[in-house]
Amino acid sequence: MSKVVARTGNEAMAEAMRQINPDVVAAYPITPATEIVMIFAKYVADGLVDTNFVAVESEHSAMSACVGASATGARVMTGTSSQGLCLMYEILPIAAALRLPIVMCDVNRAISGPINIHCDHSDTMAARDFGWLQIFSEDSQEAYDSLIQAIRIAEDPRVHLPTMVTTDGFIISHCLDRIEIVEDKEVKEFIGGDRKAANSLLDVKKPVSVGLLDLQDYYFEHRLPVAEAMKNSKKVILEVAEEFAKKFGRKYGLYEGYKLDDAEIAIVALGSTCGTAKVVIDELRAKGIKAGMLKIRVFRPFPAEEIAQALANVKAVAVLDRSDMWAGQGGQVFTEIRSALFEAVKKPQLLNYIYGLGGREIDQPMLRSVFTALQSAEKQPLVQYLGVRE
Amino acid sequence: MASLKELATRKDPLTGGHRMCPGCGAPIVVRQILLASKDPVVVVSATGCLEVSTTIFPYSAWNVPFLHNAFENAGATMSGVEAAYQNFKKKGKIDQHINFVAFGGDGGTYDIGLQSLSGAMERGHDLTYVCYNNEAYMNTGVQRSGATPRGANTTTEPAGKVSQGKVQWRKDLTEIMVAHNIPYVAQGIIGNWSDLTRKAEKAFSIRGPKFMNILQPCRLGWGYRPDATLELARLAFETCAWPVYEVENGVYKISKPKEKKPVIEYLKPQDRFRHLFKPGNEALLADIQAEVDRRWGQLLAKEAPRQGSGQ
Repeated sequence: MSKVVARTGNEAMAEAMRQINPDVVAAYPITPATEIVMIFAKYVADGLVDTNFVAVESEHSAMSACVGASATGARVMTGTSSQGLCLMYEILPIAAALRLPIVMCDVNRAISGPINIHCDHSDTMAARDFGWLQIFSEDSQEAYDSLIQAIRIAEDPRVHLPTMVTTDGFIISHCLDRIEIVEDKEVKEFIGGDRKAANSLLDVKKPVSVGLLDLQDYYFEHRLPVAEAMKNSKKVILEVAEEFAKKFGRKYGLYEGYKLDDAEIAIVALGSTCGTAKVVIDELRAKGIKAGMLKIRVFRPFPAEEIAQALANVKAVAVLDRSDMWAGQGGQVFTEIRSALFEAVKKPQLLNYIYGLGGREIDQPMLRSVFTALQSAEKQPLVQYLGVRE
Repeated sequence: MASLKELATRKDPLTGGHRMCPGCGAPIVVRQILLASKDPVVVVSATGCLEVSTTIFPYSAWNVPFLHNAFENAGATMSGVEAAYQNFKKKGKIDQHINFVAFGGDGGTYDIGLQSLSGAMERGHDLTYVCYNNEAYMNTGVQRSGATPRGANTTTEPAGKVSQGKVQWRKDLTEIMVAHNIPYVAQGIIGNWSDLTRKAEKAFSIRGPKFMNILQPCRLGWGYRPDATLELARLAFETCAWPVYEVENGVYKISKPKEKKPVIEYLKPQDRFRHLFKPGNEALLADIQAEVDRRWGQLLAKEAPRQGSGQ
């Protein structure tokens, strides 16, 4: 039996962490993710979890401690945001290459500079090439559900990769939302007991050496399996989502199509903006405009074939990027989608909007203006900045 | 304390055939410390000479569980390993006592890894951090570190026509660790196995964070013949250029040389100090001797007077 409660994104993630009851959590405070570990630390203090909580002195050490703990076979979690995630960058690909299924609560926040504490996706997008699975959430419910699923996905022998589940800073992390919480027992059953690691650093009778120097003769071969696992993870994500839907009724995929099947114009977005977009799409539909949306849930692995197929019959698509990669050709999501569509025989005309940097509001009129522009997409520049003062 | 005979029967934690330089002191640090453990050990190493030379895939010289993560995070990495161990112990999944030993060079410990080390010590993890200190970044080709002594020639602060090598005095990491108020801090050398074994045994007998700073002559970076490694370490002790002492729960115990030799006896056999012996550098040599004397005096003053000394 699930119960309906009011929770912020951070509270929802902390609640999922309590139910997952990991062996080790190593984390460091950073706005807006701090609350997750604060709440969790209280769970530890009150004996509600069996976790050993390591309150480290930096995010670099948080991720380093996670690697050490995970190498013992422990189930390990952490949480961070923005500069904290940036400080972890060095260790993120090591965790992936060592095939350590660490699960992270990542609250999307703009990266410095200038310093800013509000939402955009620049922190998470810059971490996209480090071998971590990346799951975005539209709201607290998705964050809660995905975090529980992430344990199963990350620890699946076909995947064995670290996974981050993200929310949007403040917009999701600090806003109260109605969510359904599953019973502790059911979460435990769904996860299926302790992590089953193939070897452990603590096995003194069978000593293993982990993290060796790999030169020209082996490094390449050891990078390849990560690419393979990332590919394989798509199937696992869908399997876990299906089992989750059967047990708890909420369905997830690699992406979600919203009124997309017959759409003539559509946007692609991820995170909290999708909620606002759904309202705008409903309005446009009421006026007879065939508007729709493709919401990306899983950014890594990138569901390129699936997205290309889903967008095949749309005339014009605007990709919304809440980050700018300063490459001179649009944002990260845009370049991925443009690349995914290159081989397609049938494909929409594409536009890119970079929006919402540093927590800049994205509202209904702005999204309406995007759909209006899509109606004459051929006249639009390829990349535009939405909601910025000239 | 375990006898030499007994130590010789214990299983070698680090097998021969690794790729450290002939005459390297680092494997001696590893063997002397790990052999002192009666219980199983788990090792974490920072990136550095020791790590790259003992773990070139598909080979590993380690007969004990070994983890390398990155350069600056041996302290934090071992914190995670130890936290997981404590968790498993609490849950009854493991009952075997394990000594957790992290190794880092002076670059990975004094400089880039200082924060990670400090955090691990402050949080009170039950681990022993060992700095195999060869006083420069030897793995990348003898660059200066915070541990490099004044006057030493390094590739990033070389002796030249207008410069005499490193300008600054080295930082005193051992005292920084003492200031963490951890139960055990030791400074030692290779070249006195019984002292190092005794110190390691003591470290392993204490629960909580322990730190050992072991001077390890590097024949490549210091420039001397490969068979002089232990001799040079002993000269560092005998000249008080590298005092050997321990601090147990705040109480200092200093090993004093029978006769304190002039520091030039330690500096002269090393290429890295050769330029100091050119005419015109007498004042710098005198300066180094004065600083060694000052630090030695300062250290002696920290040792409590023996009881019954008539005070």
